Amino acid sequence: MSAHEDTHAHEDHGHHHKETFVTKYIFSQDHKMIAKQYLITGTIMGVIGVFMSMMFRMQLAWPEEPNVLFETFLGKWAPNGIMDADIYLALVTIHGTIMVFFVLTAGLSGTFSNLLIPLQIGARDMASGFLNMVSYWLFFLSSVIMVISLFVEAGPASAGWTIYPPLSALPMAQGGSGLGMTLWLVSMAIFIASSLLGSLNYIVTVINLRTKGMSMTRLPLTIWTFFITAVIGVISFPVLLSAALLLIMDRSFGTSFFLSDIFIQGEVLHYQGGSPVLFEHLFWFLGHPEVYIVILPAMGLVSEIMASNSRKPIFGYRAMIASILAIAFLSTIVWGHHMFVSGMNPFLGSVFTFTTLLIAIPSAVKAFNWITTLWKGNLQMNPAMLFSIGFVSTFITGGLTGIILGDSALDINVHDTYFVVAHFHLVMGISALYGMFAGIYHWYPKMFGRMLNKNLGYIHFWVTAVCAYGVFFPMHFIGMAGLPRRYYTNTNFPLFDDLANVNVIITIFALIGGAVQIVYLYNFFSSIFFGKKAVQNPWRSNTLEWTAPVKHIHGNWPGDIPHVYRWSYDYSKPGHDEDFVPQNIPLKEGEEELQH
Amino acid sequence: MTALLTIIVLVFILVAIWQMVKIFDLAQAKAENSQVANDKDNKINGYLMIAFLAFIYIITIISFVKWGDLPLLSNAASEHGPRIDNLMIISMTLIFVVQTITQFLLHYFAYKYKGEKGKKALFFADNNKLEAIWTIIPVIVLAGLIIYGLSTWINIMGVNEDDDPLVIELYAQQFNWKARYGGEDNTLGKSNVRLIDIDRANILGLDESDPDAQDDVITTELHLPVGRPVLFKMRSQDVLHSAYMPHFRAQMNCVPGMITQFGFTPTVTTTEMRQKPEITDKVANINKIRVEKSKELVAKGQEALEPYDFDYLLLCNKICGKSHYNMQMKIIVETQEEYDAWMKEQKLFKNSLIN
Repeated sequence: MSAHEDTHAHEDHGHHHKETFVTKYIFSQDHKMIAKQYLITGTIMGVIGVFMSMMFRMQLAWPEEPNVLFETFLGKWAPNGIMDADIYLALVTIHGTIMVFFVLTAGLSGTFSNLLIPLQIGARDMASGFLNMVSYWLFFLSSVIMVISLFVEAGPASAGWTIYPPLSALPMAQGGSGLGMTLWLVSMAIFIASSLLGSLNYIVTVINLRTKGMSMTRLPLTIWTFFITAVIGVISFPVLLSAALLLIMDRSFGTSFFLSDIFIQGEVLHYQGGSPVLFEHLFWFLGHPEVYIVILPAMGLVSEIMASNSRKPIFGYRAMIASILAIAFLSTIVWGHHMFVSGMNPFLGSVFTFTTLLIAIPSAVKAFNWITTLWKGNLQMNPAMLFSIGFVSTFITGGLTGIILGDSALDINVHDTYFVVAHFHLVMGISALYGMFAGIYHWYPKMFGRMLNKNLGYIHFWVTAVCAYGVFFPMHFIGMAGLPRRYYTNTNFPLFDDLANVNVIITIFALIGGAVQIVYLYNFFSSIFFGKKAVQNPWRSNTLEWTAPVKHIHGNWPGDIPHVYRWSYDYSKPGHDEDFVPQNIPLKEGEEELQH
Repeated sequence: MTALLTIIVLVFILVAIWQMVKIFDLAQAKAENSQVANDKDNKINGYLMIAFLAFIYIITIISFVKWGDLPLLSNAASEHGPRIDNLMIISMTLIFVVQTITQFLLHYFAYKYKGEKGKKALFFADNNKLEAIWTIIPVIVLAGLIIYGLSTWINIMGVNEDDDPLVIELYAQQFNWKARYGGEDNTLGKSNVRLIDIDRANILGLDESDPDAQDDVITTELHLPVGRPVLFKMRSQDVLHSAYMPHFRAQMNCVPGMITQFGFTPTVTTTEMRQKPEITDKVANINKIRVEKSKELVAKGQEALEPYDFDYLLLCNKICGKSHYNMQMKIIVETQEEYDAWMKEQKLFKNSLIN
């Protein structure tokens, strides 16, 4: 960044300091740099998480055969290439933790909230650049601790990503519940602090720093989803923090919040009066909103990308906002559907079934609105658009089976089977990843000033799309056949022998799907340096970030901040020559604004 | 060595991708190389959308045909089972219809409206009538599902003490199951893990002074008389477990420090179940697979697999530690006479203690 460009921005920004390498690339307070830091850290964690899933998928497909990859990567946990049962559970646990929190919460929300909130609302930066920096570095620290926990002598945390006590509380119950679990809890506590700092910053920024004319009903849907996601995060993450703290107390200081009447390895423990079900309530009070923390930003990204690439307004803008609000509200009162068979009062089960199935209504509204957005559009099939269409497809497929799992009577028989695994991977795992990929392909020029290679993008999308269905569609059926999840091998149950070949098919799709991500990684990292140089507004979009120069400057716009005169969805509006009208273009004489 | 090989393979893959990119770029006119989709890309990807729709339909059909007729789906062995199965079939049908239609619309629109230079999209931002329709239809459908679902749930979870259910405790520990019967009085004696005395073989922590406990019977196989309501009381001594009996559409977690419960009435004996055509087919198929696998094992010098016959199972379905994957108990449903005869052979608690 040249000093010349800097001065303009700083006149408005009101403070002066010289950028050094450290303040620019490491301890940066610039939201664009922080976004990139989140993305790259999230990508690295994602590679670890996906690699783990490849390992345990191979174990499930070929349970008794020595595997040279196990021997190489798992070392003492795979003597002679045979995976150990403990490390299997650890892989499953850490895969879940990393993907849900480190990739799809921090990697997705952290990247795009940071990048887009100031740019799309017309602000120089976040409300507090310093808190933003602290938020990233806490996330980085928690990632490092989580990775370190993989190398602990007795093994990393392996009680499942839901870490239900007593299994997670008692080192004698499982090797991973020793130091591994302590590190897991410390890492998560720091992660939650990071997430809260980030969320508070997003909320304050969206409320206070919108540019002139940017009313709430002119905000792009991306900002709406980031805003509501941050609100849900602030409401629910502290509850997980309290659960983690209480669990630390039970583990290390002899309290009995979650433990009672335990006899293990020949001795009675002193715990009395606690309840593991209490932990489940606390965990899922975050855990369920968490899936919306993951999926809402993806929905926002997809809405924006679909409108821009369809060259059409998003259909039902107000209905979209209403459904985001409805989903956010409902998401905090449905957590009990994870606990229908936990021993909680069956009456509560009825209540949670009712509230859970209600979520299908705003979700259906959103799905239909996306489909209608495509209708009579002029669809530009950029890779981002393909991932957005893929998002809607997997969101529908995965979401529909939620009707079964949310119904307490049906949940009895498919609870904790592979049916659940298939459901949530499609509806929040794959969908949110698609949303993230869509966002990366779309805003890569904004982040790095260069374009991603589109042909590699097409290969990436189509192979991933086929493999995602190939993995998770058949998985529903082995779940309905009664196969429980988190089984190291199914060979002890001849009952399931006829499902072994399904597991092989799933694993082959998973391996191909995992391998094709190398294409994406190559594209991502090589394009930073060798990609085609981007023009200012490559997708001909309306939102404000495309009015900022390609080259990043501190303060985002060299001159005044643009004013806003219209909503962000004036695509193909009659009366205009171009098929897009950016938000900073004043209304023509006699032109009516649609949404006001 | 393996690590080195992996790295070399990775490098080759990256070089291959790089070469591929160069070919793509060379094939494209210089001026066109903006990395933004052009009409050709729109067209190709539009067609691929239709191909992908076909792929989704095909994988759906294959899954349902090959794996959809699971004996588990059509052979519930408990009284409430068919109610769950009916609800499941209704929900599945609904999902199938909605999935087929919405995926069609999504992918067909993506194909039909693929972009062309010079074409202009329709400025269509809102339509209250349409939105009202796709809000109200889900409301009505879900209202029906909620009412049906809740009535089923209440019916299953409500325990009717007037039926005089057979009370059985399911006791979970890492990594096995025990069953405890109430004996003549059908009443379980008091128990607490603090009373466990391994030396005296009081493994479930029964209160030795409780008269109700004296005739309790502890077993490692679960026998149920057909047609009689059973009320399970679940207990765990160490971590969470879940008593999952898929054939009976039954599941409940076992929670240390509290007693949970689940009741059902078994309706099909093990012998009857083994004779059902779906089950004999399934068993034959499994045995065919096992014979194949045995051949491989024998060739490697290992033992052949035992032939399989159908049995009801109780599985642990909540992650509970290293051997979670092998925590199971056989369930045998039999006639009242067979059950009585079996029960007679079992040791009473008071006689099983070591003094």
